[in-house]
Amino acid sequence: MSNNSVVNITNLLKQFPVGGDYFTALSDINLNLENAEFMGLVGPSGSGKTTLLNIIGGLDSPTKGNVNVLGMELGSSSHNERANLRKTKMGFIFQSYNLLPVYTVFENVELPLILNKVETQERNRLVTQAVDWVGLSDKIDSRPAQLSGGECQRTAIARAIVHKPTLILADEPTANLDAENSHHIMNIMVRLNKELDTSFIFATHDEKIMAYLRRIIHLEDGQIVKDEHFDNPKSGKN
Amino acid sequence: MLKFVLKGILRDRSRSLFPIIVVSLIVALVIFNRGFLVGTMNGMFRDTAVISSGHVKIMTHAYQEESQLLPNDLALMNVDEIVEILHVVYPDYFWSPKISFAGLLDLPDEHGETKSQGPVMVYGIDFLSSESRQFELWELEKRIVSGQMIQNPNDALVGAKLAEKLGLSLGDRVTYIGTTMNNAFATFNFTVVGTFNLGMGPLDKQMMLVDIEGARVALDMEDAASEILGFKHDLYYDDDASVMMRNQFNATHLDTTDIFRSSMIALRDANQMGTMIDLVDWSVFIILGIFLLIAMIVLWNMGIMSGLRRYGEMGIRLAMGETKGQVYRSLILESVIIGTIGTIIGTLIGLPLTYYVQEVGIDYSAAFENLNTTTMIMSTVFYTQVTPDLYYIGIIPGVLATVFGTMLAGRAIYKREMAQLFKELET
Repeated sequence: MSNNSVVNITNLLKQFPVGGDYFTALSDINLNLENAEFMGLVGPSGSGKTTLLNIIGGLDSPTKGNVNVLGMELGSSSHNERANLRKTKMGFIFQSYNLLPVYTVFENVELPLILNKVETQERNRLVTQAVDWVGLSDKIDSRPAQLSGGECQRTAIARAIVHKPTLILADEPTANLDAENSHHIMNIMVRLNKELDTSFIFATHDEKIMAYLRRIIHLEDGQIVKDEHFDNPKSGKN
Repeated sequence: MLKFVLKGILRDRSRSLFPIIVVSLIVALVIFNRGFLVGTMNGMFRDTAVISSGHVKIMTHAYQEESQLLPNDLALMNVDEIVEILHVVYPDYFWSPKISFAGLLDLPDEHGETKSQGPVMVYGIDFLSSESRQFELWELEKRIVSGQMIQNPNDALVGAKLAEKLGLSLGDRVTYIGTTMNNAFATFNFTVVGTFNLGMGPLDKQMMLVDIEGARVALDMEDAASEILGFKHDLYYDDDASVMMRNQFNATHLDTTDIFRSSMIALRDANQMGTMIDLVDWSVFIILGIFLLIAMIVLWNMGIMSGLRRYGEMGIRLAMGETKGQVYRSLILESVIIGTIGTIIGTLIGLPLTYYVQEVGIDYSAAFENLNTTTMIMSTVFYTQVTPDLYYIGIIPGVLATVFGTMLAGRAIYKREMAQLFKELET
């Protein structure tokens, strides 16, 4: 495990109890993610990509093996320590955006900063900056119901990056978007990755996303079957 | 964070407006229901006390034995002296002699012949002595339908229905026909100065009120009275205190050979009121308990539904790094805010409503129109009663039940794996 390592997983096993037996969702997973990587977990439904993403995010715990994320050994850490890690160093982007419907774009983006107890003035500055980053300055006072799908996902991205996390986990972020919006969203994330050195892990089976990834981990039946690296993905051409 | 939560509550009507309306209505209903039950029952005790029993009353042992027959030949003598002693021995009470008697009431025409006639139940009450509180007790100011208060010993107030039945007018001289306390034939003329409506169904059809001095002259009962009624100065019936006083009094009047010995009974001893008081205590307890339980289940469920509906929100907040404890506490804080606002609004609705019905009452007289018995003294106007506990009773369903419901729903946050919450978040 190098000093530059963001995620380091060794011999991971994840099983779920089903009836009186166990279902193995992930087995023999070994993975290392360096800083500023732009990586995707790719595979068919049920291949274990979301489970792996949840374990990296500290939302689920491994049955066996070591999972070290941003210097914290998740297997031996407490719930509160993992929550603190998510709060300060991670961002999440979901397929269905999961914005809080009663709050405006500004307030949705502001929430991670409130949780991190950032001062009001600094909060205003960072939210404005993040919203500007995703090109939603003119919608800053709108509520999710007044936004298109693409705008909702851009709001979710702003919320994920506003506190400048080291790692962003994105689960099928373009699944509900059309092609144009998907490319727009991916371009934003590529830009974030380059300019802020933020690491990204995607769980996806969307071809459009794969074209932007610099590394693709192929999962099948809970195991890594291929680990591909690309020097010139589509994003590089843009 | 509190500001953030408050913004959410205010903007999301399903989290604020609907729950607040439900909490407010239930709290208002609980308050009114309690005020109604207590008011109705206390009103019945009070009416019984005023008309029949006092909080305690003293009579001769012989009169007590035959009291249904109104046997004034067995009445108390030397009443003034007894009352003076009672004032000294029981300073927390005021004492008022009363003569109850029945007979015929005759309205003569201009020739002195009977124009109309009917049975009458007469109460000779101490209205005119300087320390009397009987006008206040009988609430005659608001119960007089026409005419004026009694001002002379020969004045009479007649029940409006009785006056209507006999065709009486203000200023008419009516003749009471009955017997003296010595069982001699008695006739006595009273002047009708007013009519009243006590709102007590059958009693209003037969009742006449006169001053006790007039009654004494009519029945030849100088310094005598059927009973001496005792009332606590604050007019609230205290069952335990009355029973203790009755026991103490009767313990000092044990000469069983003297049938004219004084005997005291408490309100609970009159007209099976004891059973009634116990029944009422339990009824109020059970009815209010059931109502509170139902209200709590409704609000509890509302808290659960509100919590379940927001598993998705909990999931996203956990993903952003809030701990389960923080999310749980914020949900509880939210339910405390909702419950408190609802309780305050509900109390602000329920209390004035209860106060209004306390002052105005709900008139059920039509339902009692055909009731003819006079043994049960029951008001046909139901009044609520604002008691101190109404100011805070709403907290039980309003705040506690809402918070318990939310706490129960929130337990799922702890029981579920976070990844499970996320699955629910995505669905």
